[in-house]
Amino acid sequence: MTAQGITLAGRERRVAAPGLTLEGRGVLEERALFGPLTLALPAGRWTCLLGPSGAGKSTLLRLIAGLSTAVRLEGTVRAEDSAPLAGRIAYMAQTDLLCPWLDVLGNVTLGARLRGERPDSARARALVDAVGLAGREAARPAALSGGQRQRVALARTLMEDCPVVLLDEPFSALDARTRAEMQALAARLLAGRTVLLVTHEPGEAVRLADRLLLVERGGLSDMPLPDAPPPRAPDDAGTLAAQGRLFRALLGEGAPA
Amino acid sequence: MSAAPGLARRLAPAGLAGLGMLALWQGVVWAAAPPPFILPGPEAVVRALGGNARLIGGHALATLWEVLAGLVLGAGFGAATAVALALSRPARVLVMPVLVLSQAVPVFALAPLLTLWLGYGMLPKVAMAVLIVYFPVASAFLDGLMRTDPGWLDLARMMRARPARVMWHLRIPAALPALASGLRLAAVYAPIGAVIGEWVGASRGLGYLMLLANGRARIDLMFAALLVLVLLTLTLRLAVGALCRRLG
Repeated sequence: MTAQGITLAGRERRVAAPGLTLEGRGVLEERALFGPLTLALPAGRWTCLLGPSGAGKSTLLRLIAGLSTAVRLEGTVRAEDSAPLAGRIAYMAQTDLLCPWLDVLGNVTLGARLRGERPDSARARALVDAVGLAGREAARPAALSGGQRQRVALARTLMEDCPVVLLDEPFSALDARTRAEMQALAARLLAGRTVLLVTHEPGEAVRLADRLLLVERGGLSDMPLPDAPPPRAPDDAGTLAAQGRLFRALLGEGAPA
Repeated sequence: MSAAPGLARRLAPAGLAGLGMLALWQGVVWAAAPPPFILPGPEAVVRALGGNARLIGGHALATLWEVLAGLVLGAGFGAATAVALALSRPARVLVMPVLVLSQAVPVFALAPLLTLWLGYGMLPKVAMAVLIVYFPVASAFLDGLMRTDPGWLDLARMMRARPARVMWHLRIPAALPALASGLRLAAVYAPIGAVIGEWVGASRGLGYLMLLANGRARIDLMFAALLVLVLLTLTLRLAVGALCRRLG
């Protein structure tokens, strides 16, 4: 499984991943909600947006994705290679969004079916293998655990083979151990892509981020990260210290120790 | 193998309820002793059923065909309408009020008109069944199609899916349980439509036989025809239920 995963990750890495920039103001019912701000996603890196619920992290992600939100963006979202973004962004949400009537392989190849293309089932099988579900290709989602379902969702995201990947709290519904496994797996399989991860969990952000931004009161602030490259060990002293600083920042000044 | 005990378990309460009603019926007949041309007892009805098996069977077959044709056509039109309306917002805005308004017309009142237009054959009965089945199916299915998980639609959008394919691969499969509840209603409604059609003017069918028996004070025969109609409806409802479970 590991060898397969590495070849896959290696093959995927050849996709040229552009950096991405969102610039502008968010307007909700004619009132400014955030900005003007600039959110730059460095090419081929993981950018994490960390903030409490309701801070607008997911709104920023949806604006980049071009998905409908109540907030209107007065500004632009563009790739640094100036090519259009449509069709180059894959999306993974907090819920697995698996179709209960399709088996694992059917779910992984959903995108091809929705576009009317012939699904590349050899590649789908390799990806199912890479996320550690070899042998479960014919299983229905109801027969899988929450962690396994999110693995299928990750394989479906990889199947789209997009240079930009948006992750909207994809691991937040998982238990601690499954979450740590999924983080490591995603870091390995999405290496080389431009990734935006929205999360409310400081530990997750510190583990995975190349660039970490705190979302607060309609603004973004860069947070320092340990020197070690991601994915960082969750029990590493540097990771833990950074996580502690983040907690402080999240709680705000003068918060109880 | 495991389906049979499951079916038995599901049917057992219905069987008990049936027996209870039978006991009540027999009890009333024993206690009040009404003349047989007002309320015959279960025994007399069973005797009428046995003595007229061929007669009742022939009429039941006529009704069965009307009901099946009405059910298939009505469900087909209803489902197609739901998909068309779900795909097109202008169509929803234009057609929905017409559909809702059409439900204010009592279908029963249309039966004489349908007979006038379509004659005394099978056609007006099928048309009645279609009319009575169409709306519950269209309405339940449309409801399901309009409730697709927005997360799926986001995903489909990111996958650059075509609307027709989103309909076929996501929205329709996700709405099948809603369609199933419409079909279960339809299975019970369709015989009502057929029988009303037969009452207005027919030469065949259980509804016709009931009127005929009533006119000749053969109340036992009328009850026998009614009993067969109930059994026919129940069987249809069970068959549609089994079909829906396989769909889901």
